[in-house]
Amino acid sequence: MRSETRWAYVFVLPWLIGLALFQLGPMLASLGLSFTEYDLISSPEFAGTANYARMAQDPKVAVAIGNTVLYTALHVPLAIVLALGLALMLNRVGGRGAGVFRTIFYLPSMTPYVAVGVLFLFLLNGQAGMVNQFLGLFGIDGPQWTTDPDWILPGIVLMSLWNLGSTTIILFAALRNVPAELAEAAMIDGAGTWARFRRITLPMISPALFFVVIINTIASLQMFDQVYAMFFGNQATQQASGDSALFYVVYLFQQAFQFLHMGYASALAWVLFLVIALITLVQWKVGGRLVHYEAGDRA
Amino acid sequence: MTRRPFFWLMLAAASVIFLYPFVWLVVASLKPRSYTFSDPFVPWPDPFAPESYAAVWEAAPMLAWLVNTVLVGLAAAVTVTLSSAFVAFGFAYFRFPGRNVIFASVLGTMMLPAAVTLVPTYLIWHAAGLTGTQVPLWAGNLFGSAFYIFLLRQFLLGVPRYVFEAARVDGASYLDLFWRIALPLAKPALIIAFVFELKASWFDLMKPLIYLQDPALFTLPRGLKAIVDQFYQGGDPKWELVLAASVITTLPLIVVFFAGQRYFVQGVATTGHR
Repeated sequence: MRSETRWAYVFVLPWLIGLALFQLGPMLASLGLSFTEYDLISSPEFAGTANYARMAQDPKVAVAIGNTVLYTALHVPLAIVLALGLALMLNRVGGRGAGVFRTIFYLPSMTPYVAVGVLFLFLLNGQAGMVNQFLGLFGIDGPQWTTDPDWILPGIVLMSLWNLGSTTIILFAALRNVPAELAEAAMIDGAGTWARFRRITLPMISPALFFVVIINTIASLQMFDQVYAMFFGNQATQQASGDSALFYVVYLFQQAFQFLHMGYASALAWVLFLVIALITLVQWKVGGRLVHYEAGDRA
Repeated sequence: MTRRPFFWLMLAAASVIFLYPFVWLVVASLKPRSYTFSDPFVPWPDPFAPESYAAVWEAAPMLAWLVNTVLVGLAAAVTVTLSSAFVAFGFAYFRFPGRNVIFASVLGTMMLPAAVTLVPTYLIWHAAGLTGTQVPLWAGNLFGSAFYIFLLRQFLLGVPRYVFEAARVDGASYLDLFWRIALPLAKPALIIAFVFELKASWFDLMKPLIYLQDPALFTLPRGLKAIVDQFYQGGDPKWELVLAASVITTLPLIVVFFAGQRYFVQGVATTGHR
């Protein structure tokens, strides 16, 4: 082998080791483990497809999937519409002002999720929280966001919408790349604001929109930190919330590290992996038709 | 640029929505417990009671947690930045058999959900006898991370090849090329990787939950979680401690953000990293 080629492998070697040790290896190991029962103490015992059969019958899995899917279905569209609104505002402010407001919109994204969860436990407090006091100003009697099983999930969605910083920045960056001449030409042709937005802006930023749909979906399906900080780990809060805050990864975490059902947790993990892979694939298929790429954009 | 008052009203309202929760948090942390929830729209603490900060320092090893968070964060950020740059240089500079396949594996793992590898990764650290230590919180970073490898490779591809060739002619080794030419030139991208990993490490709750049992080793998010569990609800709630600990957990990162804002914004816009 030429010395140059040898050196090339030296440079990519850390990645290959990491790939084997922390990505591919664990993925295959978790597939294997998903067909066993393993509690860390005695060695794994082959269990066939028992873990998957158990998943199908476990009412908590159904609840966790329901909560996670409902959250994703609410969070993703709301987050993207709102972030697009913010990005359009930034784009209209323009110049230095845009930088200032961008900082303001991004600040919540610099708040550690545990702190976000804790903050919203206070803000959403049913008796005395700021949100309900604000609603009270309009004569609205706000719900018990953190204890009423019907209102816990909407409360979590509300909290998630405080964190739009990254999505906004990505969309704003895309908006800034839309050539001004296009809009000007359309204006001369008599196109109104809505027509220009619908026919020029939206198609031009559709790759970015598509990208934020994918990353927000993947992140939502893996929701953990904020919810865990708010509703789990403490007996009182956990009992008060029942299963209304039980998200899929929370349940996976509990199975693995509280009950030491490593095999069952691995089965849960693999199903999640397949679902995420499938959703991403479908989004690529559908997105491929909806997204407008400029020549050479697709690299 | 625009004349419509409605637009500015919307912008002001959005700004208040994103900023005011911080104001409330800081103000509430500076009030006595019985006033925590009162007058949420008054943006200053009345009555003023900064004792909660001293109290939380007494009630929990906040300083140790802060130091742990900084050390783990630095270890995670330094290792991931250097290792990712090392690998990225390999992809950017060399042509070698299998390069495209290996690079495809980098792209492929970017979408791999972390939850899938949670259990086996734990088993690896368990087998290595390192659970209960802080090592699992950062040591995985020694092998580079897909997002940063991708970012740094893109950046290094932009460096004209003759810069490297000239140094080769002068007798520089490949390690020299990496260390003396690629690294200094890639500084903006290195900073992006560094600040993002620092943030990610500072945010992380799950790994500390899994790997740390001894409170002396906790990072701030794990410590804050312990404080919430103990003081938010139950017999004797001490909200002012929970609020003060939340401010202490959040504030250093906000400072880092203002120092490195340019890089955060660039990083989000170019890699879509959250």
